[in-house]
Amino acid sequence: MIRIENITKRYGDSAVVDGVSMNIERNSITVIVGTSGSGKSTLLRMINRLVEPSQGRVLIDEKDTASEPAHLLRRRIGYAIQGHGLFPHRSIAQNIATVPRLLEWPEARIDARVTELLEIFQLDPGVFAHKFPHQLSGGQQQRVGVARALAAEPAVLLMDEPFGALDPVIRAKAQDDLLDIQRRFGTTIVLVTHDIDEAFRLGDQVAVMSHGKVLQCDRPAALLTQPADPLVTLMTGSADRALRLLSLTSAGEAAIPGATAGISVAASASLRDVLSDLVWRGADAANVLDTEGRPRGHLTVAAILSHGRSR
Amino acid sequence: MPGIAVILRLTALGLLTAFLLTPQSFAPVFAPFTQYGAPPIYDQGNLLSLALSHLGTVCLAAAASTLVAVSLGILVTRGSGAEFLPLSRSLVNLGQTFPPVAILALAVPLVGFGEKPTLIALFAYGLLPIFENTLIGLQTCPPALLEAASGMGMSARQRLMSVELPLAMPLILEGVRLSLVINVGTATIGSTVAAKGLGEVIIAGLLSNNTAFILQGGLVTGLMAILLYDAMSAIERRMFKAARID
Repeated sequence: MIRIENITKRYGDSAVVDGVSMNIERNSITVIVGTSGSGKSTLLRMINRLVEPSQGRVLIDEKDTASEPAHLLRRRIGYAIQGHGLFPHRSIAQNIATVPRLLEWPEARIDARVTELLEIFQLDPGVFAHKFPHQLSGGQQQRVGVARALAAEPAVLLMDEPFGALDPVIRAKAQDDLLDIQRRFGTTIVLVTHDIDEAFRLGDQVAVMSHGKVLQCDRPAALLTQPADPLVTLMTGSADRALRLLSLTSAGEAAIPGATAGISVAASASLRDVLSDLVWRGADAANVLDTEGRPRGHLTVAAILSHGRSR
Repeated sequence: MPGIAVILRLTALGLLTAFLLTPQSFAPVFAPFTQYGAPPIYDQGNLLSLALSHLGTVCLAAAASTLVAVSLGILVTRGSGAEFLPLSRSLVNLGQTFPPVAILALAVPLVGFGEKPTLIALFAYGLLPIFENTLIGLQTCPPALLEAASGMGMSARQRLMSVELPLAMPLILEGVRLSLVINVGTATIGSTVAAKGLGEVIIAGLLSNNTAFILQGGLVTGLMAILLYDAMSAIERRMFKAARID
């Protein structure tokens, strides 16, 4: 859906982003991960042209993004940033309505959309619509920030460290919510973070950046099993890579036929969590049940461990 | 305590209104300040109409200052106008440092006596606080908000109108308030070039050695300045209470 072709951004003599090419599939989450100064935010901002590339181009649905005025392009692309960037002088409802207003939606449609989004993000419209940003907690502000970015039903959502300012508990919840939202709307998401755990948790595809170049852009499991660069190994961490790999496969995917006389685990749980559960309870096998409680097969410790091996 | 402050202000407003509507009822208060049976209350013109035209001159000058200072502030904070910042600053500073009396003296030969030279002097004198506050307000707008605004597809103009100016508004209004209050006092000098205002009362007092007149002119001007300041503050508080922009 988004094709980045050999894009470069130079400030003076130094290239902040250096000849990056990347393909982003529709309905997927791509996470760009890197240390500060790696050029990841600049790369993201070249997609909606907050930064104009020095060279190369970005195509969305095969259409060159440079072919229309930047502010019109941006109205079709959701944008959420760290610390939410909510307008302090506007109510929550007005904040969320920003892009629909720019697009001159009819008032009734704007109201309906604001109410819908507040409900999706578990913010009671009756309570929150007329509050101002400073009256909300950090987690609530962040949710409003994402709701605002999604208001005009964009096909693409860009997020620049959206959860950076949240404490770990709220952050995990926000990440789960984002996955739900992505499944619900089928939005194509490009997210920038410096947190490799976040990248593994959210990304269908993870791009590791360093010094303006993408070292590797691949499925998370491939980053662990076939790292293209020593820096990728360094960033993904080698000490717990087996466990990280287990966390990328769900019990449902790994279940083998048959049943066992053991404990039960949910099909949606990751192998890492199932293993932890088995160790904790001193069991060596578990039945896998789907959300309706129907058996989906079983898992043994040996079967789980085989998924954590480098291939 | 806010209770006492409100009562004080209402009392001041009541006294001012009463004095302007029925000045003669205050004759006994001012009588001790006169000598040789001179009139204790200004009698060469209607005090109420003098006060109103005084206020009118000040407000008109402030409106012009605001328009020019805010426009300049916007211009020099845009990328394209940044190079005019030093020049604008110098001009505005000159307006403040050049004595209003001197501006009057220079303006009279050009525009004649009366209201006009006073308006020019007050306009120039009132630019600085509004310009500087507009500048600070626009320059200190959080970068994250500007980025969010641009990132969502606001044009430069939309961003200015719906994010930057509303956020800078408390500071801009504070500048307008300062400018107004300074000029309520400064406007008294306009009477030296025949502008209608409360300066007349003071000058009449100086010419006829009548302390009561000087006191009346001074007190009415001072009370007007204080009340104007309070009224503006109250309006600002009301406007920004809900959103708490700070």
